[in-house]
Amino acid sequence: MAYHKINYLQEAGLPVALTTVDKLVQWGRSNSLWPLTYGLACCAIEMMATGASRYDFDRFGTIFRASPRQADVLVIAGTLTKKHAPFMRRLYDQMTEPKWVISMGSCANTGGMFNTYATVQGADRIVPVDIYLPGCAPRPETLQYALMLLQKKIRTEKASKKLQPKRLV
Amino acid sequence: MMRVYSDKVNVQKKPYYNDRFWVAPQVPRFEVESDAVFAADVAHLKEKFDIKEAYIEKDQLVVYINPNDNVEVLQTLRDELSYNFLSEHSAIDWLAKSGEFEIFYQMLSTCKKKRMRVKCFIKEKEVLKSVTSLYNSANWAEREMYDMFGVIISGHPYMKRLLMPDDWYDHPLRKTYPLQGDEAAQWYEIDKIFGKEYRDIIGPEERDSARINEEDTYRFARIHHEVAFGAKPSSEPTFTDYQEEGGVFIVKKLKKADAKILKERP
Amino acid sequence: MQKVNRLKPFFENLVFEREDNHMIVNFGPQHPSSHGQLRLILELDGEKVSKATPDIGYLHRGMEKMAENMIYNEFLPTTDRMDYIAASANNYGFALAVEKLLDVEVPRRAKVIRMMLLELNRISSHLFWLATHALDVGAMTIFLYAFREREYTLDLIEDYCGARLTHSSVRIGGVPLDLPKNWIENLNKFINHLPIDIADYEGLLDQNRIWKMRLEDVGVITPEQAQSWGCSGPMLRGSGIAWDIRKEEPYELYDEVEFDVPVSTTCDSYGRYKLHMEEMRQSIRILKQLMPMYYDTTPELMAHAPRYFSAPKEQIMTQNYSLMQHFVLVTQGMRPPVGEVYVATESPKGELGFFINSQGDPYPYRLKLRTPSLFHTAFLQELLVGEYLADVVAIIGNANIVFGEIDR
Repeated sequence: MAYHKINYLQEAGLPVALTTVDKLVQWGRSNSLWPLTYGLACCAIEMMATGASRYDFDRFGTIFRASPRQADVLVIAGTLTKKHAPFMRRLYDQMTEPKWVISMGSCANTGGMFNTYATVQGADRIVPVDIYLPGCAPRPETLQYALMLLQKKIRTEKASKKLQPKRLV
Repeated sequence: MMRVYSDKVNVQKKPYYNDRFWVAPQVPRFEVESDAVFAADVAHLKEKFDIKEAYIEKDQLVVYINPNDNVEVLQTLRDELSYNFLSEHSAIDWLAKSGEFEIFYQMLSTCKKKRMRVKCFIKEKEVLKSVTSLYNSANWAEREMYDMFGVIISGHPYMKRLLMPDDWYDHPLRKTYPLQGDEAAQWYEIDKIFGKEYRDIIGPEERDSARINEEDTYRFARIHHEVAFGAKPSSEPTFTDYQEEGGVFIVKKLKKADAKILKERP
Repeated sequence: MQKVNRLKPFFENLVFEREDNHMIVNFGPQHPSSHGQLRLILELDGEKVSKATPDIGYLHRGMEKMAENMIYNEFLPTTDRMDYIAASANNYGFALAVEKLLDVEVPRRAKVIRMMLLELNRISSHLFWLATHALDVGAMTIFLYAFREREYTLDLIEDYCGARLTHSSVRIGGVPLDLPKNWIENLNKFINHLPIDIADYEGLLDQNRIWKMRLEDVGVITPEQAQSWGCSGPMLRGSGIAWDIRKEEPYELYDEVEFDVPVSTTCDSYGRYKLHMEEMRQSIRILKQLMPMYYDTTPELMAHAPRYFSAPKEQIMTQNYSLMQHFVLVTQGMRPPVGEVYVATESPKGELGFFINSQGDPYPYRLKLRTPSLFHTAFLQELLVGEYLADVVAIIGNANIVFGEIDR
């Protein structure tokens, strides 16, 4: 059996750790963010590269799930077109609370270079977005940084805040 | 305020400056006789069909035919002249100029190692016969052509829009269609997901890529001056780091000195 | 189609109550192994597909319309987003089409650099194909291994042009930059190691029982079908037709390098897998021949055609006329002659063609993108009929389709 050197209790020196429920719950949420495998276009390739060998997304507790019911984060990786927009809203609705959205790449942020009839000019017209991630396509490091920022954001939130009426977009 | 004149029949972007005395040169076209293989092909076609024009442009044969002969010509090309691939098939919009579509069939013969293009003109409402029975690759090419141009095809097994949604209005690649879409296109996803009454809440699309609104914190933040969603913009710099100052409960912070950077591939 | 005695589902003798056993399954448009946004409406007869209707357009971004409203150089970065796994191949196809329309000759060094990029892209694309295909079939290890190698190719490309995915590494009339220092040495290191890695993959997969069961006799394409449906690239060569545009209609310096065109006569998915592997080896062979060729060339990177291309930077900064010409070319764009051109190149997926109709304006009057994946996806409606539902993902993965290219 492997011997782990990590001593979780060395900070306090006692076999007791005192914290609030908020912190504990949000620590758990922020360190097991499961994104949906939602590849739309070019950015999806970078998302796959992030999950693959060199960048290794799993070390953030980020494991891609193929079902929206099991996912916490929707990474909109690529161009969102008008034909696809209803499907994305449906996937977002199917995800369970709490849920967050990362808009990855210029196309998802604003439509990017595709200023045409067929693209949605910003995914935030359809779903509320938490993190906008610039770049075309963003490098895997950028996606990792965005996830860390999202973790930081989650840690500042209250775990048991009253469910406010959700904003539409 | 005077309304800016815009060409309704052709909304394609135009150069803002044209030299009055400049005449665009023409890509050289050669006689069909300059290539023995093509000469034989055209001679064979001329026996059966009415060939309006034939020339060689950029090493490829271009043949103009009657639109009614398209199936027979392609059948002859496939069975007798061994053009075994239909690599591409689409249309060019000349509606503004002459009210016609120019249809082209890009053919390839792997035995002769030659490419040729069969072309014909059809009127806007004229029906074109499908060549799906000869080449299956025409199946989606014709559907796309209908979707993008509104060219009507008869005898197609499954005529339906290919790229755009079924309830899409108009054909996007026509020169009358604006690049950024018409009214129906601009509200398409809002109408479909939320309904028409949400148009006011969500607002129109921002199509000007150069526009910056510093007051708008709904869409974007200023880098290093980020504020909460919808809050008033502030000039206070914000410190952005991926972990909080005081550390995180049970999570260890990586020390940069401990990291190992590989210079060479292991 | 799988042999019936190979995989016996344990519920084989289960009897359904209804007589016709028909079921309609909606696959996609967001499915982890649909390689993008492919929607398939499958009618199932028991476990076999009796009718398949592919539905595409979920990534249609209006590239052809964009091209009509852009000057030629402006459109070049857009071609990156077509086949985003091998972006340089698209850049190159477009650049070659415009060069042919303008009738300009590219300097030899630019040709060598372009060919190096094309072959690196081919390797990267095939590795990606192997990774995702294996993942669909169930081999996770290959995914991690192939992505490791792919990162090394991306490192090389990034060294050259600064981008990992959307390269824009080719310009109309040449290439923008010379190779950086030590690039050839790094390339040499990489291609000396790659054959060992390919042998590793083959060692993992070639005789793997699951891999063979999932791929052998699955997705059989007869030569007649391949011709009729307009297949190209590995899908065509997998049916025993030796047609490689690099060989038959050589562009750049492909007539000066030696390489073989691998052909598989088994017509099934396994044959195409072996073919992809062999193509990677041939790419390595081409790259090996290109390295000495690079040193024999003079450092010219852009074609000399002042009417169409800007002068080199030093000249723009020192000569007034060059500066004016540069300004006109950037703001108004070049005006190619009136005419039409169709140029096909062998991209990693197949025949990538650009049809340009120019009316002498800085904007093309019509630009048609002939992409191989569109025709391969159209073929699915015939290819999937008669296959098992479980083989659908294997066939889609094997067809090597990319949605940026299909919907454009």
